[in-house]
Amino acid sequence: MDLLTVNNLNFYYGSNKSLDDVSLPIRRNSVTALIGPSGCGKTTLLRCFNRMHDLYPGNRYEGEILMDGRNILDRSEDLISLRSSLGMVFQKPTPFPMSVFDNIAYGLRLRRIRNSALIRDKVEKSLRQAALWEEVKDRLKESALGLSGGQQQRLVIARTLAVDPEAVLFDESTSALDPVSTQKIEDLMIELKKAVTIVAVTHNMQQAARVSDYTALMYIGKLVEYDRTEVIFTKPKHKMTEEYVLGKFG
Amino acid sequence: MSGIAKRKLSNSVAMGISVLCAAIGLGLLFLILYDVVRHGLSSFGWTLFAKDPAPPGMAGGGLRSAILGQILLTAAALLAGVPTGVLAGTFLSEYGRSLKLSKIISAVSDMAVSIPSIVTGAFVYAILVKPFGGFNGWAGAAALAIIVLPVIVRTTESMTSMVPWSLREAAFALGAPYHRVIVGVVWRAAAGGIFTGVLLAAARAAGETAPLLFTSFNSGHFSLNMSRPVPSLTVTIYQYAASPYESWVALAWGAALAVTAAVLLLNVTGRVMIGLKQRR
Ligand SMILES: Nc1ncnc2c1ncn2[C@@H]1O[C@H](COP(=O)(O)OP(=O)(O)OP(=O)(O)O)[C@@H](O)[C@H]1O
Ligand SMILES: [Mg+2]
Repeated sequence: MDLLTVNNLNFYYGSNKSLDDVSLPIRRNSVTALIGPSGCGKTTLLRCFNRMHDLYPGNRYEGEILMDGRNILDRSEDLISLRSSLGMVFQKPTPFPMSVFDNIAYGLRLRRIRNSALIRDKVEKSLRQAALWEEVKDRLKESALGLSGGQQQRLVIARTLAVDPEAVLFDESTSALDPVSTQKIEDLMIELKKAVTIVAVTHNMQQAARVSDYTALMYIGKLVEYDRTEVIFTKPKHKMTEEYVLGKFG
Repeated sequence: MSGIAKRKLSNSVAMGISVLCAAIGLGLLFLILYDVVRHGLSSFGWTLFAKDPAPPGMAGGGLRSAILGQILLTAAALLAGVPTGVLAGTFLSEYGRSLKLSKIISAVSDMAVSIPSIVTGAFVYAILVKPFGGFNGWAGAAALAIIVLPVIVRTTESMTSMVPWSLREAAFALGAPYHRVIVGVVWRAAAGGIFTGVLLAAARAAGETAPLLFTSFNSGHFSLNMSRPVPSLTVTIYQYAASPYESWVALAWGAALAVTAAVLLLNVTGRVMIGLKQRR
């Protein structure tokens, strides 16, 4: 089953066309990796899914991204509920300037959940899911800014999971981390896909090969090839794909 | 002389002149402080805070009414100026960040910071004193509020726009509406800076005389009635220092010390907070 179906998507930053006729499915309960050389439009595509581009004036979408049969690019789309169901984890950790606990509770309180026992349970559950609980359970009241980079990134993942999203969008979320933290987050993605759908932008080919089920290669705003990851890495249809995954260009 | 030697010489001359000027400036500042402390201390004591001024020519008396009046006027000014200023500054850096109007408002606020305060006083006199038939505390507070407003607008604007967009995006990505992003994330991240700005603005307001001369003026008695003249330390200094009575001159020095101490304290607290923030 597809969570999202992208059909003939074009995207413009002002007059600058950054996505050109992109079509691909995002399958449920799987990890889809978006790869391609710098500037090819991976981030741009990812941010179409949760309509992040709407925050800035002059951006424009064409085409459609279907979710449960509706086009989420429609003007009438409720961005608040769309973004609640498609969480996003950025390249640099983005802990809010508040305690570890309040960071996780932020999204719950947004949804007017007031029951403190419920919030506590949810905070613990999400921190466990993000493999962070053991490290922070004694410092829930301390500022999240005091955590290490790797811990902050897992905190952000926990914060995203706390609101029960249908998908989590990762934008090079391990590129600023050490190998151990990276490993933890990769393991986490594999574990998480039982519950949620994952789309991950990455420059790390081993990561894409190890973690993802599907891979999409982009080049200058276009989708070059989309297939099961083992196909992309072993017998791709395009020469460019083969060269890219072997590190011969890009 | 070779080019390098010439440059070295002009460098040391420039350096020497700057150090000298800095020394003169600092020297004068310390001279003023020394003088204020020396004279002020002689009238400093519990009576200064506990008693109202004695009638002209009589010894003793204190500045209770002026101190309380000053606090009242400053607090009223902040009560009006801080929420307005914080909201306006937030508008400029958030909802209105891409509007041309915002750039104009920012520029006007910058200019407003440097409007001579006596002009503000005269303006408030025209609209809040003359039509109401006399000096009153509301007018004084309004004049001070007009003085602190642009400072707070600009500090809030710059402090909130220093909050990285990635932090806002992270909150939006959780499905937060803009006002929740502002209140829960942006203000929280900028709170230290905004508070510092408020302290510095309060210091500025507490040290103003000119706008109060035209507005709240002065009165020997303390009352919380803001529709009557309200005494303040700065106006008291102005009046008492120039009076022929020795006891009043002594009180003026006491008032000078009190104002200087309060303004210094606010400023130093503000600067220290800025320092702490930058170290983090
Ligand atoms: N805010 C923006 N305004 C205008 N053009 C932009 C903006 N952001 C990105 N672009 C352009 O859109 C194209 C795609 O950028 P995008 O950030 O999606 O690339 P990317 O594949 O994520 O690259 P990287 O791997 O370096 O992160 C680039 O040509 C870039 O210059
Ligand atoms: Mg990118």
